Amino acid sequence: MNLILIIVSAAFVNNVVLSQFLGLCPFLGVSKRIKTSTGMGGAVIAVITISSAICSLLYQFVLVPLDLTYLNTIVFILVIASLVQFLEMYIKKSNPKLYESLGVYLPLITTNCAVLGAVLTNVQKDYNFIESVASGFGTSLGFAIALLLMASIRERIEGNDIPLSFRGMPIVLITAGLMSIAFIGFSGVL
Amino acid sequence: MTGFIIAAVVVGAIGIALGIFLTYSSKKFEVPVDEREAEVREVLPGSNCGACGYPGCDGAAAAIAKGEAPVTACPVGGASTAEIIAGIMGAEAGEMEKTTAFVKCMGDCEKAKSNYEYTGIKTCAAASVAPGGGAKACSYGCDGFGDCVAVCEYDAIHIVNGIAVVDPEKCTSCGLCVKACPNALIEIIPAKARTKVACASKEFGKDVKEVCSTGCIGCKICEKQCPLPETAIVVTDNIAHIDYDRCINCGKCAAKCPTKVIQFEPRKPKAEKPAAEQA
Repeated sequence: MNLILIIVSAAFVNNVVLSQFLGLCPFLGVSKRIKTSTGMGGAVIAVITISSAICSLLYQFVLVPLDLTYLNTIVFILVIASLVQFLEMYIKKSNPKLYESLGVYLPLITTNCAVLGAVLTNVQKDYNFIESVASGFGTSLGFAIALLLMASIRERIEGNDIPLSFRGMPIVLITAGLMSIAFIGFSGVL
Repeated sequence: MTGFIIAAVVVGAIGIALGIFLTYSSKKFEVPVDEREAEVREVLPGSNCGACGYPGCDGAAAAIAKGEAPVTACPVGGASTAEIIAGIMGAEAGEMEKTTAFVKCMGDCEKAKSNYEYTGIKTCAAASVAPGGGAKACSYGCDGFGDCVAVCEYDAIHIVNGIAVVDPEKCTSCGLCVKACPNALIEIIPAKARTKVACASKEFGKDVKEVCSTGCIGCKICEKQCPLPETAIVVTDNIAHIDYDRCINCGKCAAKCPTKVIQFEPRKPKAEKPAAEQA
């Protein structure tokens, strides 16, 4: 029950993009097409979940016993960067089309603050291994959901008669603002 | 001191472990790279203008090497580049038609009226979002601040008397000016086209006449003049369009155009009579 609570709270109540405003760069950059945003969402879910697991293990069994907790940022970044690198190779091999459409945003997951944010939150909240994985999965699920919602809205917006000065990014940012307001509604749930 | 060493060893060990893992997976997930791709990339101009429709010269080289793009994909390099690439790819370059950019506006300072004096930022992008799409009374016309001139890497487009004019000799039809023009006035057309409609206004005839003495009023006289069974010049949305592939450059439409908005250059070596071109 506790785990479900963690996942739901990470995915909806504290949605990483729409409530905490982390990882906005791919949220705006890769949300043009549903297909690419699904790929991006999947990639981010993989990166955050796996890095939550590895970082939690490293933190509990290496950094804490050796009294090196002050090194957590650099160690976590090391893990995340390697994971992204690995994922890049994997996607390039298994799905070149997706690799091309993700473009520069795929390596940018490395510096995506949502990933580091999720991992550091686990540490701050003193989650154990399983809780960390659950929280990481929930966070990334929230990211993927926000991305997918945004992409669906943007695909629909495209054909509409938008005033000239709002076309392109402005209407996207307004949409993001409205979505953020909508997600505040979840804050009363838990 | 020991704390320092432990920290260095721990971070170093994690780094080495991850490095080994990455090296292993890079071998495992290696994607074979076509060596022709690198060769093709060498030959391409490298200005990354994007005229081919691929993201930069690297993207174009990859597409050519894969066979997705023709060897003539680079319009900037032209026939000479295409020939070398064809050599690398082992294919025929074939005929490559030269194209050029063309500005669809003739409303210079005398011919087009102004609504007000624009004193804002001196770029077309800024002027085009000012009320009425800039000072020019015609919202479709060339604003004349030379955004196209600024992006041109080949010194092939200039502002002459308030409107942009392309020098077809220098133009490589890279398409940068096409993207730069906020009014979408510039079009890539075959260089052999000698009959062109130099207006982009979709307004009705009366409204065009009010703002410009040389705009297309959509009168359709040109359609009636075209000798082809299926006319190569068609008026849609109050503006005449020429199908450059089918136009025989007879010049009849230009001769009868009441506002002289159809440009016609007689063939250069010998000025042929329209009658000789009817064949």
